[in-house]
Amino acid sequence: MRLLVLLLIAAIAGGPLVPATVNASGEVVVYSSRHYGQEKAFEAFTNKTGIQLKLLNGDTGQLFERLKAEGDKTPADVLLTVDAGNLWNAARAGLLSPVDSAELKQNIPAHLRDPEHRWFGLTMRARTIMYNTKKVNPAQLSTYEALGDPRWKGRLCLRSSGNVYNQSLLATMIKRHGEAKTEEVARGWVANQPTIISGDTKVLEAIAAGQCDVGITNTYYLARLLAKDPNFPVAPFFPNQSTTGTHVNVSGAGVTAHAKNRANAIRFLEFLSSAEAQQMFAQTSQEYPANPKAEAHPTVKAWGSFKQDDINVASAGEFQAAATRLADRAGYK
Amino acid sequence: MAAGAIVALVAVPLVVVLLSWREPAGAVWAHLWRTQLAEIVGNTVLLAAGVGAGTLVVGTTLAWLVVSYQFPGRAIFEWALALPLAVPAYVIGFVFLGVFDYAGPVQSALRGWLGPGARLPELPSGLAVAIVMTLVFYPYVYLLARTAFREQGLATLEVARSLGRSRAQAFREVVLPMARPSLAAGASLAMMEAVADFGTVATFGHRTLTESIYRVWTGMFDRVAATQLASLLLLFALGLLALERALRRRRRFTQSQRRGPAAVPVRLRGLPAAGASAACGLVLGLGFVLPLVQLTAWALTGVRAGEFGRDFGHLLWSSFVLAGTAGALICAVALALAYAARLRPSAGVRFATQFACMGYALPGAVIAVGVLGPVAWLALTGSAVAVLYAYVVRFLAVGHQTIEASLAKIPTTFDEASHSLGVGTTATLRRVHLPLLRHGVLTAFILAWVETMKELPATLLLRPLGLKTLAIEVWERTSESLWVDASLPALAIVLVGLVPLYLTTRLSPGLLR
Repeated sequence: MRLLVLLLIAAIAGGPLVPATVNASGEVVVYSSRHYGQEKAFEAFTNKTGIQLKLLNGDTGQLFERLKAEGDKTPADVLLTVDAGNLWNAARAGLLSPVDSAELKQNIPAHLRDPEHRWFGLTMRARTIMYNTKKVNPAQLSTYEALGDPRWKGRLCLRSSGNVYNQSLLATMIKRHGEAKTEEVARGWVANQPTIISGDTKVLEAIAAGQCDVGITNTYYLARLLAKDPNFPVAPFFPNQSTTGTHVNVSGAGVTAHAKNRANAIRFLEFLSSAEAQQMFAQTSQEYPANPKAEAHPTVKAWGSFKQDDINVASAGEFQAAATRLADRAGYK
Repeated sequence: MAAGAIVALVAVPLVVVLLSWREPAGAVWAHLWRTQLAEIVGNTVLLAAGVGAGTLVVGTTLAWLVVSYQFPGRAIFEWALALPLAVPAYVIGFVFLGVFDYAGPVQSALRGWLGPGARLPELPSGLAVAIVMTLVFYPYVYLLARTAFREQGLATLEVARSLGRSRAQAFREVVLPMARPSLAAGASLAMMEAVADFGTVATFGHRTLTESIYRVWTGMFDRVAATQLASLLLLFALGLLALERALRRRRRFTQSQRRGPAAVPVRLRGLPAAGASAACGLVLGLGFVLPLVQLTAWALTGVRAGEFGRDFGHLLWSSFVLAGTAGALICAVALALAYAARLRPSAGVRFATQFACMGYALPGAVIAVGVLGPVAWLALTGSAVAVLYAYVVRFLAVGHQTIEASLAKIPTTFDEASHSLGVGTTATLRRVHLPLLRHGVLTAFILAWVETMKELPATLLLRPLGLKTLAIEVWERTSESLWVDASLPALAIVLVGLVPLYLTTRLSPGLLR
């Protein structure tokens, strides 16, 4: 018993039992649900400006709840998260404030940022069809929709519909073609009895191992696998090139509604959008840079350029709930 | 009075969950009703039943084997069979998938030998999840059953044998029914863990209520509907607790007699001995050795590739201290509640303590949001207080079940004797009960500690800026599919969890007494 009491006292004496007060030195606090590939760019920002960064990683939905609960007392200055749908929802919930910055507007193409300037895409992700290079002739591939063709019956691997990237893919389809047509697409995939797998990397490994022949994932997961094994037998196919273009998504950031260090937060975003920082992002995480002036990683560049779906990525948020319901109706798990 | 205040404090987040019904979310319910509600409720109930049955069979069998038979390896199995408790379910989930799925080493090797068509039969996701959960949750039943069997001692068995029963009959007709309350307590803990789990069901793509809560929350951004869904889990927990309590109440009468000498284990030879060793070895191998080996293998490739450059000591320390503090707090609260119920055993008190324990059946993420409201109101978000508060709400059941079971075994005549000698209530607790409760409290402390080490969602949401635990490190890596990077912190969680488990099982042979 004495041990318990001692432990308790030790913890109370040593633990941070009261919330840290907001730092006056202009330090920028970042709530982030993106945990990989940004470290170099963050360090470069601190080296360049002398402004310290403090990071709290978390799960998207939970970070939103924390921001909401903290209200105007939040220590967070910047919210960084993956998926345009998440950013759209953060903006709708009033968690972000508009930023008027010529630099950000110039660096980031219009379809990768909020029309109302509350968030900005910082990296771009292409969600492509992936195929086993030993078993599939890419000439047979064309569009996302065509993966519902009976030829792919039993040969398709899909990430679960609970995954936000697939929700965003369906959401932008709804924006373009309406719910009825998109539901048909989802039903087509389901009719091919896809194997549902719980992660993009796992989908790629399943394709390589021959469990299925085609699937849909983001390209950077493939780039990371290729870095470990250059002979990994999977390649991307950029779909919908003669129609709407390949679906792209972003990871991005905005300044919080109650930021204490707003000026520095904006400087931080501007820096992250610069060609210099974008290059660092792109080289580590192997995503596409959002700023077209920055260069992609050599592996990524080797896949060539492609036609993007230029619909504003915000529509991913607008139709995300509809996409989730639609997947449920279509029996896409 | 103090106990009442504690119950109120612990109950606040649970009440917040129930209050979600004030806001309408009818559209989501209608949608769920049309598409999947029957399926997810069915899956959840089936999963709970499967894990309940699985842990009962595995835990009881193994406990009976080590208590009443002598076979090769028994001395090691006796304590080692508790070890899978240190492996978080989400870790064993990704390890099993990594090892056994189509692209994994086992099936790849099969294809290498037998040609490209060879593959393991595909298990339905529900069965796979139930098996994995059984492998990590059976120790609850095992530990409680082992203690119960030991406590019955020789006398019970001998009486049955002298009445002409065979050993097997005696087990079935006497020993097992008498151990029922302990078995029920262990299985109900395992079942509550099973329905609250998110990591494992997500890994296997199995749709349960928890998975649905997450989907509604992040896919439709409807936190209210998600919380309402979570309240269904509260109902489920209430039913389980009531059932378990009904079974346990009989215990006072059945086990208040003095313990006789311990039963002498029967030496097994030949096939039965090999069978007993194999059964223990198989469960321990799958639930503990396999994940440990796979994690170590991944960690080694990571070390070779130079992928770990983190402040590992700091992570270890903060996890250890945070979990230790939470363990102490949980014990203190559990002790206060159990003691209050002893002093004033009314229906109201009993219901209040039961309600306070139901956080165990809720997903950590839901508890965390329930805690967030009151904590934000007190301007304590992002403080250690918030995290510790959530731990107490989430894991109180673990401490309470254990301590209450211990306390119930101290005859009330002790209290009366103490009072008649003019000793006050507090002094009785200190001088009479606590010394007798030492093992129970220690066990509760350890279990709560290990549980807290593994906790993820509440830590993630409520922690102070800059505080990081091993579980968070694992999650950050696995959420980016960086399995190799995740293996070292995952391994550390398992190893750190082993220390207290090993110590208690070794130092206190009557664990969970």
